[in-house]
Amino acid sequence: MSWLSKALSSSIGRKIIMAVTGLFLCSFLVIHLVGNLQLFKNDGGAAFNIYSHFMGTNPVIRTIEWVLVAGFVFHIYESIMLTSRNKTARGAQGYAVNHNEQNSPWQSRNMGLLGTIILIFLLVHLYNFFYRARFGELDPDINNNDDLYTLVVSSFQQWWYVVLYVLAQAALAFHLIHGFKSAFQTLGLTHRKYTPFITYFGYAFSIIVCAGFAAMPLYFFFKQF
Amino acid sequence: MAGNNPNAKPMNLTLRVWRQRSRQSDGQLVDYQVKDISPEMSFLEMLDVLNENLLHKGEEPVAFDHDCREGICGSCNLFINGRAHGPEPGTTTCQLHMRKFSDGDTIVIEPWRAAAFPVNKDLSVDRSAFDRIIQAGGYVSVNTGGVPDANEIPIPKNIADRAFDAATCIGCGACVAACKNASAMLFVSAKVSQLALLPQGQVERKTRVENMVAQMDKEGFGACSNIGSCAAECPVGISLENIAILNREFLNAKATSNNLA
Ligand code: HEM
Ligand code: SF4
Ligand code: FES
Repeated sequence: MSWLSKALSSSIGRKIIMAVTGLFLCSFLVIHLVGNLQLFKNDGGAAFNIYSHFMGTNPVIRTIEWVLVAGFVFHIYESIMLTSRNKTARGAQGYAVNHNEQNSPWQSRNMGLLGTIILIFLLVHLYNFFYRARFGELDPDINNNDDLYTLVVSSFQQWWYVVLYVLAQAALAFHLIHGFKSAFQTLGLTHRKYTPFITYFGYAFSIIVCAGFAAMPLYFFFKQF
Repeated sequence: MAGNNPNAKPMNLTLRVWRQRSRQSDGQLVDYQVKDISPEMSFLEMLDVLNENLLHKGEEPVAFDHDCREGICGSCNLFINGRAHGPEPGTTTCQLHMRKFSDGDTIVIEPWRAAAFPVNKDLSVDRSAFDRIIQAGGYVSVNTGGVPDANEIPIPKNIADRAFDAATCIGCGACVAACKNASAMLFVSAKVSQLALLPQGQVERKTRVENMVAQMDKEGFGACSNIGSCAAECPVGISLENIAILNREFLNAKATSNNLA
């Protein structure tokens, strides 16, 4: 193995990949949220469909999409490698009594569980919107763009879909409440002057972004009545 | 002297203790009763009482590690009622007093658990993995000779303080025991940042962190998830900031050292 692959497969190296991909995925969340805010525009979905047509066809966006795929793949791959390493390190014989709820926050100990919920959501979400927008047959809207808006609205009128979305956003919020500040710690980016700000910012970021995503299914679900 | 409970009376307790004959054999929790335990006893003195009783009955006493009994050697490692060194923050087991418990309590006592810390017998574990990590680079090589003048190497007070804080690690392994991942990062980071902060540590700075992390991984400790159980349970309060310093040192060494291996 070269020095680089050795460094990246060490315990700290893997964590560095987790942190870099995790923060990259956070930047994706911001773009995705801001773009999707157009769902709230009262124009029958015209603006949202123009936006999604652009995102689905622009060559620059289509290229960056592959970077995003790689970000998810590496993040998930490293999470599996780290989790299995950590399970082995804990040893076969566990504690009969362990009160780790008294020394650490729940979300910090359950990043794998939270990540798995996010992954299940992601697969459903990609199949329903991404796959059908890219490879399926959607009816054209008034501007002759694929009418993804109508698909989104009709999906969000089903209660189980709304429940899945809101739960997944709650999981993502907890994932990021730990993950955002943790990534800076992993990268060694701590300083007495800035770390308190990063901690508060990460908290606010997690809640605002996830509440923003959760607002969409809730809005369309309650609008139908 | 009497702590929380000045008029506390002697206590009767049930101890649920991990018994295991040897490294190879299986173990299990066994219940014992101890009577008339003074609230002023330390936890280890209470175990001494248990062992006296067992000896009188002709039974095998419970093996547990201890040495200084004043909180500096780091050997008295017991996982008590689900917490490393028991419920009291910032203490080793030898510094934990029985006044923190009440008459009639059941106390579960287990050894440190981690693949890299095998149980030798009962509550006594093998922590030599820590020694091998230190041997991999947790030192400063100096030539012997005359004692240098104390003020020859100036070190700013705040750097000296931070290095000293990191140097207070007693190598007890509570960080590993408490960590969901059995990670030794707090222990390793304390030594790496102590020596990285000081001028004497500069010569071996990059190889030190590379070799210590490689040894840590080889011993089978987990990776850090920044959960924070370690720092919460550390008897001397080693801070998580040291782990960020370790990561920084590691990144820098891997990017710029001359080691191609
Ligand atoms: C949009 C989606 C996601 C974002 C923004 C995200 C973000 C993050 C961030 C910032 C971290 C902290 C990295 C660190 O501690 O240095 C993290 C850790 C983690 N993520 Fe994600 N993540 C996402 C999806 C996932 C998925 C789908 C999985 C698993 C299937 C996952 C599993 C994990 C695990 C296990 C950790 C903790 C690793 C450790 O510290 O040992 N994440 N994530
Ligand atoms: S860092 Fe703290 S808990 Fe870990 S070995 Fe050192 S003194 Fe013990
Ligand atoms: S016996 Fe030495 S620290 Fe407790």
